[in-house]
Amino acid sequence: MIGNLDIAILQQLWWLIASVVGSLFLMLTFVQGGQTLIFTTAKNEEEKSLIINAMGRKWELTFTTLVLFGGALFAAFPLFYATSFGGAYWVWMLILFTFVMQAVSYEYRKKPNNVLGARTYEIFMFVNGSVGILLIGAAVGTFFTGSRFTLNLYNQVTWATPFHGLEAALNVFNLAFGLFLVFLSRALGAMYLVSHVDHEALVRQARKAAFINLVWALPFLLTVLYGLVTMDGFAVDPATGQVTLEQGKYLHNLLGMPAVLVLLLGGLVSVIYGVVATSFLGKKCGIWFGGLGTVLVGLAIFSLAGYGNTAFYPSLTDLQSSLTIYNASSSKFTLTVMSYVAIGVPFVLAYVAYVWRVMDSKQLSLAELAGEDSKKMY
Amino acid sequence: MGNDLLATVNWSRAQFALTAMYHWIFVPLTLGLSFLIAFFESIYVKTGDESWKKLTKFWMTLFGVNFAIGVATGIIMEFQFGTNWSNYSWMVGDIFGAPLAVEGIFAFFLEATFFAVMFFGWQRASKGFHLFSTWMVAIGSNLSAVWILVANAWMQTPTAMAFNPDKARFEMQNFADIALSPNAVHKFTHTTSSAFLLASLFVMGISGLFLLQKRHQLMAQRSMVVAATLGLVASVFVAFNGDESAFHIAHRQPMKLAAMEGLYTGQEKAPVVALGLINLAKQPGDDLPAFHQEVKIPGVLSLLANRDFNSYVPGINDLVYGNPQRAIVGAQQRMVSGRIAVAELSRYKEAKKSGDAAGAAAALALFNQNKDDLGYGYLSSPEQAAPPVALTFYAFHIMIALGTLFPVIFLAVLWFAFKGTLDSQRWLWWVCFAGLFLGYVASQAGWVVAEVGRQPWAIQGLLPVGVASTNIAASSVQATFFIFLALFTALLIAEIGIMVKQIKIGPEA
Repeated sequence: MIGNLDIAILQQLWWLIASVVGSLFLMLTFVQGGQTLIFTTAKNEEEKSLIINAMGRKWELTFTTLVLFGGALFAAFPLFYATSFGGAYWVWMLILFTFVMQAVSYEYRKKPNNVLGARTYEIFMFVNGSVGILLIGAAVGTFFTGSRFTLNLYNQVTWATPFHGLEAALNVFNLAFGLFLVFLSRALGAMYLVSHVDHEALVRQARKAAFINLVWALPFLLTVLYGLVTMDGFAVDPATGQVTLEQGKYLHNLLGMPAVLVLLLGGLVSVIYGVVATSFLGKKCGIWFGGLGTVLVGLAIFSLAGYGNTAFYPSLTDLQSSLTIYNASSSKFTLTVMSYVAIGVPFVLAYVAYVWRVMDSKQLSLAELAGEDSKKMY
Repeated sequence: MGNDLLATVNWSRAQFALTAMYHWIFVPLTLGLSFLIAFFESIYVKTGDESWKKLTKFWMTLFGVNFAIGVATGIIMEFQFGTNWSNYSWMVGDIFGAPLAVEGIFAFFLEATFFAVMFFGWQRASKGFHLFSTWMVAIGSNLSAVWILVANAWMQTPTAMAFNPDKARFEMQNFADIALSPNAVHKFTHTTSSAFLLASLFVMGISGLFLLQKRHQLMAQRSMVVAATLGLVASVFVAFNGDESAFHIAHRQPMKLAAMEGLYTGQEKAPVVALGLINLAKQPGDDLPAFHQEVKIPGVLSLLANRDFNSYVPGINDLVYGNPQRAIVGAQQRMVSGRIAVAELSRYKEAKKSGDAAGAAAALALFNQNKDDLGYGYLSSPEQAAPPVALTFYAFHIMIALGTLFPVIFLAVLWFAFKGTLDSQRWLWWVCFAGLFLGYVASQAGWVVAEVGRQPWAIQGLLPVGVASTNIAASSVQATFFIFLALFTALLIAEIGIMVKQIKIGPEA
């Protein structure tokens, strides 16, 4: 059945699957956002612990989604995996270091004799939520602004700058994208707290924080949107595979794929409504709108980069080295096998959702933190 | 190979070895302890005895501390294929990426999702669902091991793929053949059963400590008996599939087998070296003795390799220089055709680029005749085809010696428990405590055999590590190596600090 599909369809399907996983990751970065709220929104140790324990129930889901995003890209677009990870070495390494730091921090922060001290683990969490997300944003930004690399006849990458990816963080568009994600994740984290924590003062502060971070996010969002509709883009001729610079390429993509425009605008409206509902309407469900909106925005961004005859990982040094979903993908056989595997994904989503419901049916309270299992809490 | 490239490759290898060995400190305990905890909790749910719940929670705390750092050291394992081995990622990503993605979809989510229930669901989920979640974490952890081991097995014994010269990469031909290859099955069973063994030793070691300190004696004895039972069963499996592994290595990676036993000259009735001191000056092709001192048992290596005491086992020299009498084509000869393959591939790519169809066809025909030796074309000398012998030999023999000792410890514990005198065997508690550390030594040694023994290949016979790495300055890799070293060491010290404290606090907390 799947085996009869044209390879181009499979390539588009896998770009969609990777986009969905990437967008879900962006939604789940409410955990990272929450981690950065411990120094601003929490006013005392108790509130800090509530935030950390609320996020601590979900951090692994975010982490695993990131790992899956990497795995899906490796399986479906190995040339991207090889080119970007090997080339933009330092960006990815720094991102990884922050996730290494995060992975131990929840478990170790409150444990006696943890050597580095609780404060260190809190700083680890903050670094993961700020630097980690900023660099992820900068890396995604290069899908539009391009990188300096060449591929030889064997598709081996040579990076043209000695900074190996760090130069991405110096580009205004990439930087704005990264900062937008940082503040978006903070707003999401605050909305998550409002819905999941039973603590009047903290919830009040989180309602405020959601709005403040949205306001902070706006100038960066506008910078990104302005950049997207005005910048030159990397167009691919579907017949020859030749890559050329096209003026207003992403604007053309938006207009040429109205569904993407709807995703983008609908997503942004949903996020804004989520924040407004949380901050001004006294609602607890804002995170659902915020989360859904983030997924939609993510899908729009990845679609703009990969669909509409666009090179999703452009090379500024040698246009013809640019990666498209067609030249960077796995073989038809592998994409077909992986498509069969992907049929299992709804099943995974179903049990994740079920467990989420079981675990979140009751809000987290100080009483629970001090209860029978207090020693096991984060 | 330029000096900087050589340095890059070596630092990348060092980084991979460092991160993999750190990761492997924590993973086997996760794999085995998760099942032990599931057993403990099952007994609690079945009997309703609160002391079993307390026991479950104690081991769960240690599990959590260990699990976190296992996750922390694990993320780099996936991504450094891209960051440090980008040529590898492109050349075999079509095959290698799929198991990693499957692992993410089917195993990691199982672990991550149910982990939260296991730790924070005592009050939020029903007793039955909690137990179910604990089992799911155990199954999920072990499923994670399946897929990465499938990928590793494929690197050691590549199968079910074809080289696509237009893309300059290998492409998958059959997923089932890769997932179910004999080497994948052995690797998985050997690795997971050795992880159960290590976890059993861990539980027995800490229980032994409690008994020595006269603390939590009932819990310690209970834990010890459950662990010794699992450990004994695991030992039998480890030995059985270890033997199967050796048989397969003999046929798919004969060089590795020769290095494991320091066998330079092939022979019939080939011996295993029970005890040996390797001559470090020995090189392939020279006349020096391979050992300063050794105690050999004749015929046993032939038996392991071919199920026949009298059979012939090739040595390192035969595999490097060839042995026409035995119809062994050595690395030396394969390098000749390998170089043709490399040159013709290059000619093919150039001809395609310049639109020379006839030239491309001619080059491709020659390439196809020689492509099975492609990897050898990148070697600069035939001696490069041999792995570091001393390291492989010692690691293998340490693993075997310890693997023989462990079942004796398990049997002793079960024997005294059966007689009802486990509570008075002070010497055995000490042995159990020492066993905790020895389990880690054996486990690490096993991976050293597997990974050092397959050098110089990233993909056996097809892609040497020197071609697999990323084209990046050695200084960058050196820097990340030291960052990992510092970060992982700090986290390991923290982990041990927390573990020791939790063990001091004990199950009463």
